[in-house]
Amino acid sequence: MKIQLGQIAHARSGDKGNLVNIGVIAYQPEHYATLLREVTAERVKAHFAERIEGSVERYELPNIQALNFVCRQALMGGGTLSLLSDAQGKSFGGGILSLEIEA
Amino acid sequence: MIRIGCGQGFWGDSVEAPVRLVEDGPLDYLVLDYLAEVTMSILQKQKKENPAFGYARDFPQLIERIQHSKVRVIANAGGVNPTACALDIKKRCPQLKVAIVHGDDIMDQLDQHPLLNMDSGEPLSSVRDQVLSANAYIGAFPLAEALASGADVVVTGRCSDAALVLAPMLHAFDWGETDWDLLAAGVVAGHIVECGAQCTGGNCLADWESIPDLANIGYPIVEANADGTCVITKHAGSGGRVSLASVKEQLVYEVGDPRAYFTPDVIADFTSVRLEQQGPDRVHVSKARGLPRPDQLKASISYHWGYKASGTLVYGPPKAREKAYLGAAIVDERCAALGLHFDKQVTEVFGDDWAMLRMAVRARERAPVERWTREMIPLVLNGPPGATGYGEGRPKAHQVVAYWPAPLPREAVVTRIEILP
Repeated sequence: MKIQLGQIAHARSGDKGNLVNIGVIAYQPEHYATLLREVTAERVKAHFAERIEGSVERYELPNIQALNFVCRQALMGGGTLSLLSDAQGKSFGGGILSLEIEA
Repeated sequence: MIRIGCGQGFWGDSVEAPVRLVEDGPLDYLVLDYLAEVTMSILQKQKKENPAFGYARDFPQLIERIQHSKVRVIANAGGVNPTACALDIKKRCPQLKVAIVHGDDIMDQLDQHPLLNMDSGEPLSSVRDQVLSANAYIGAFPLAEALASGADVVVTGRCSDAALVLAPMLHAFDWGETDWDLLAAGVVAGHIVECGAQCTGGNCLADWESIPDLANIGYPIVEANADGTCVITKHAGSGGRVSLASVKEQLVYEVGDPRAYFTPDVIADFTSVRLEQQGPDRVHVSKARGLPRPDQLKASISYHWGYKASGTLVYGPPKAREKAYLGAAIVDERCAALGLHFDKQVTEVFGDDWAMLRMAVRARERAPVERWTREMIPLVLNGPPGATGYGEGRPKAHQVVAYWPAPLPREAVVTRIEILP
């Protein structure tokens, strides 16, 4: 069954220079396996195809049932150089929750 | 057990939050983080205009309000001018013992190290002439030394955010420089609370509609123990929520590899941390693991890059989005006809029935950016119908001060504590 990621997970995103990180956290521990299987670095990169110019790396935090995605070249220069409304990448966390996954 | 409140997540955060933390008490320490990556460059600009400025000038005002509280305060409010900050406090509150932690400023060392950009690998020499400020992130031990001297208020410039919280633990519990797991525990606690209300229900996506009373949100308190465990909590009766979800969101905030969170004092492993809800608005944190501190410190250097400007217009129905895109195309065509060249430009359109057009440009030279600021507002009369939302007037050109992160040998930074008489 297809569902949106936001039905089983919440998220928070932030910046470091031109890099955005997105922490995706399962609401229930039993859903962590679904995150591991469905929310890959490739899918995150594809979801933000127009915004992430560089690579995406995924890190695992099984202790809090979370994944951390580090997205490079995602803020048109980042910090003060960025011309975007969202120069600090705050909207990526909410944005990833519309990703369609297999429950 | 010691109680540490964090009353400021960035310069510009709530003015009342730290006062409420102190008034609702009891607290042993109040810490305040004023410095985001770009803040040092803003302060450097202010110092250039007035040598007595260059620090968070609302911090001495805050100290004046809480001067009789007996809560010891640690803040990186000194920015690029910690001495002026400390003197301002002394002037307002002569009875307080104020300590300054010196040593983060590395402006006089720029030619002694390659300072390779951590993102691009380029040496600093490529922007050397444009450098405005250069500071090393210092760790918690000098801050603890300042507390040991009996200071009521410790003023620093650039230090690692988590150091503000780790320092009182070092002081109270006498942790050593190689107690890696304990140092990591302090860093984890510091990381959770350093953004203020972001761990007590602010900017929290999890069930955000059910988070109570954000208008009166409580700022975080760490109840820290000598064994490295701690509880993250907030004052009873305040708004917001301290939950596993709110703490987890902050634990992953602005993190790269969670197995290796670098600070000057220790490399913390966030994947070892155990969180448990211990009743309402109480999250117990334990099992932090640490690896030996890195050989290099991180330097934060700011340099003049160029100029940028942005502007917005709002279009109403019908066909608001179409009007916005047409407006943007007209501005672009007029700028092209004027021969203006930009390093980068962006057009964004937000909304549907009503649409906000936002355009922005940047260039190394001021002239094209300045000229561009004259081209957007005329659309109100000479573009698509119904443009509004121009109450702020013409866009303004701003200097772009860019950020250059670089590694620096640990030995290059020598800290010194000064107590104001």
